[in-house]
Amino acid sequence: MTKVPVQFTLNGREQNEFVDSGSTLLAALRDKLGLYGTKAGCHQGTCGACTVIIDGSPQLSCLTLAERCAGKSVTTLEGLTGNGALHPLQQAFMEGFAAQCGFCTPGMILAAKSLLDRNPSPSRDDVIDAISGNICRCTGYDPIINAILTAAEQLRGARKSA
Amino acid sequence: MAYDTNYTGQKFKVVGTRPLRPDGVDKVTGRARYGADAFAPGQLVGRVLRSPHAHAKIVKIDTSKAERLAGVKAVITSADLPDLTNGDQAMYDMLVNCMAREKALYDGHAVAAVAAIDAATAKKALKLINVEYKVLPHVTDVDEAMKPSAPVLHANMFTEGVEPKPAKASNIAKRTEFGHGDVEAGFKEADVIVERSFRTEQTHQGYIEPHACLANVGPDGQGEMWVCTQGHFVYRNHCAQLLGMDAAKLRVTASEIGGGFGGKTHIWAEPLALALSRKANRPVKLVMTRDEVFKASGPTSSTSIDVKIGATKDGRITAATATLRYQGGPFLGIWAELGAMTSYACYDLKNVKTVGYEVVVNRPKVAAYRAPSAPMAAFAVESVVDEVAAKIGMDAVEFRIKNAAKEGTKSSYGPTYGPIGIGPTLEAAQNHPHMRAPLGKNQGRGMACGFWFNFGGQTCTSLNVNPDGSVTVAVGTIDVGGSRASMALIAAEELGVAYENVRCVVADTSSLGHNDMSDGSRVTFSSGMNTVIAARNAKKVLCQRAAKMWKIPEDAVTWEDGHAKPAGANAGDFPPLSLKEIAAAAANTGGPIAGHNEFVADGAGVSFATHICDVELDPETGATRVIRYTVIQDAGKAIHPSYVEGQYQGGAAQGIGWALNEEYVYGKDGRLQNAGFLDYRIPVCSDLPMIDTVILEIPNPNHPYGVRGVGETSIVPPLAAIANAVSNAAGVRMTHIPMSPPRILKALDDKKARKAAKAKAA
Repeated sequence: MTKVPVQFTLNGREQNEFVDSGSTLLAALRDKLGLYGTKAGCHQGTCGACTVIIDGSPQLSCLTLAERCAGKSVTTLEGLTGNGALHPLQQAFMEGFAAQCGFCTPGMILAAKSLLDRNPSPSRDDVIDAISGNICRCTGYDPIINAILTAAEQLRGARKSA
Repeated sequence: MAYDTNYTGQKFKVVGTRPLRPDGVDKVTGRARYGADAFAPGQLVGRVLRSPHAHAKIVKIDTSKAERLAGVKAVITSADLPDLTNGDQAMYDMLVNCMAREKALYDGHAVAAVAAIDAATAKKALKLINVEYKVLPHVTDVDEAMKPSAPVLHANMFTEGVEPKPAKASNIAKRTEFGHGDVEAGFKEADVIVERSFRTEQTHQGYIEPHACLANVGPDGQGEMWVCTQGHFVYRNHCAQLLGMDAAKLRVTASEIGGGFGGKTHIWAEPLALALSRKANRPVKLVMTRDEVFKASGPTSSTSIDVKIGATKDGRITAATATLRYQGGPFLGIWAELGAMTSYACYDLKNVKTVGYEVVVNRPKVAAYRAPSAPMAAFAVESVVDEVAAKIGMDAVEFRIKNAAKEGTKSSYGPTYGPIGIGPTLEAAQNHPHMRAPLGKNQGRGMACGFWFNFGGQTCTSLNVNPDGSVTVAVGTIDVGGSRASMALIAAEELGVAYENVRCVVADTSSLGHNDMSDGSRVTFSSGMNTVIAARNAKKVLCQRAAKMWKIPEDAVTWEDGHAKPAGANAGDFPPLSLKEIAAAAANTGGPIAGHNEFVADGAGVSFATHICDVELDPETGATRVIRYTVIQDAGKAIHPSYVEGQYQGGAAQGIGWALNEEYVYGKDGRLQNAGFLDYRIPVCSDLPMIDTVILEIPNPNHPYGVRGVGETSIVPPLAAIANAVSNAAGVRMTHIPMSPPRILKALDDKKARKAAKAKAA
């Protein structure tokens, strides 16, 4: 199989890889780089479990060709705990019992992070809108919405005090 | 050691609080490892070739081209899985389901499998396998399959449970009957009788994590498997039996589970991965695609149900019957039987009869889906209960309260109830503000009740007190909804130590005795009770060690608040010894300190729920929105209330999807047309309301803490509650689930046509 060189930023660090031509970002992250935090639920772009952030916007890594990420910045769930401390979203998901089986959680947190990066003061409806591409089969979503709103509040507070 | 497991009404210090779960950080950081998150050096990629036909004779399979492809390390067919089931029909069905033998029985049935060095090679190899099929007539509809003219799936299937045994083979695998009294006499006493037929379509559990495993069998015949499952011991036993291995030589470790809801209680591709690994002499990782999950794992039954209920004008049900036809895919199931048992379990009935028919069709083998079979039966029964109440002019809740089962009621399926929660959940519904909230235009309210047995079963648990005074609880039941936190709470409660000092892990199959699956809402009940007993056994050892340290008799020591204390003045005067102090001295007082227990957990407490639901209907499009939803359910005792609420909300959410959207759509060719989340629509965030929960606690007398089990009952009432709400909003009785927009529009059009015909006739 043809290998293609790809240079991109992964969780804030420069990454140089040879990927199989035509392979997805999801496959590259999981099978090549061992970053199992990104989940595969459907490979059809329909469940949102594989959501990552590419250049600030939430993208489905199962539908993104790895070679198309050249020069871009990719954030996966592993990138949120870079300095060892949990991100306020992770903390809020944990404390708010927003993760039940936890399989949708990585994609859900990244969809939420992308929202909060763009809109630090989302309404409940904004949150619902932002995560309606991510299926959760366990919770009925309410604890997830609340966790995201809680994290938003904390992030706003942190920004104010900074 | 045996302990009294009766409820004692003890006061709790930590049970009932809401600490963070031990796997919390793992789940929010991506560290939690699921079925596909394992890697073994030299691992191959396993893929399965599946039948494109609903029903076909397999004339010949030629795998030679695939075997010759570079990078292919093993190819298997049914020839590699000889029949070792020794006349055990259930095991044989399992074997056939894992890999088709003479016939492919449904679209998606496995016919061959390959292991190759990468996914692309495996995929290419599948295309090189040549299967010659002779296509046979098929049947996918439950009612069609019962007709004498239907194509028969199994020439050796003669309906069980009828006398005399039928002379002709059919697709009706089994008939079961439950009830008591004289229903004919009961209907004669009725002032009002309502009789209706209902249908529900097939749905899938819809767990987001596809089935996945990593199998590794060595040349010495010893194997290991990492797998996402609800029951690694059961998977171990079944795989070992099908492959002719000793159970001891197959060590199965359960991964974190990305949802199961009953669908991960059956083996599907795991024996294939093991067989491929054995043949290739390399580890094989096999992960199902979403398409395969829909086509070749175990969705729930589609059903056809007739219900007849008679009542007097003053609101007493005099007789009730139901005939329930459930398809189980191509094999005998227990699904109609469970439907027939649960149909009328909420009510105190003098005369009741339910008949279930297990039907085989050319669809995937049905698996459990959260309180399997009960939601469909409840939909049919609770719809008619509503109609009868309306006919006699009685409030729907009042009518149910009047007929609700209570302590001492002989249930419709046999046993006599102890203390139960159906009455209290109904009264809580009657008094809930939701019941009195105003409704707007095109809005309707519905309510319904639900029942589930809850299971107990085989359970084996070990509790180890570590030298530093921390405590490890090793359970053999998979944590599907936060049970590790619940076990840690229970151990902390019993030992009198902090929750943070206890860690609960799910042990592999070589580290504990057999445990039944995490099904039947049994984990907090069974493993919870076992943790109580194991902890009490450990406390006994701790007291013995304290006695040794104090040089006094064993029976002169008691355990209180996490400390050994001299039992009374005669025992001597010693300052209490903490668990930590006793643990630190263990090496010199007799070695490691542990408590174990293994048993069959008996006395699971039946569970009841009442749900209230408001919907808004768009008469133009037929679309329905659930705008308010309330779950009221008896937990017995909520060990960790946040997880109980999670189960209540989760069950209701799945029920909402089932009621309004989800269904398997089969084409005339017998092939599944919507094997993906795009066309099989699971509720997303914007589809659901906030689901309010009320936990009632009516203790189960057979559990030391009163636990009943909470996971499944929450999916039983939603189909019925939503159908009643939609029927009230539409002014027409809905009898077909899901109530998708086309079905609602048709019901509204039919109503209009009936009205017009009536006006014309007048």
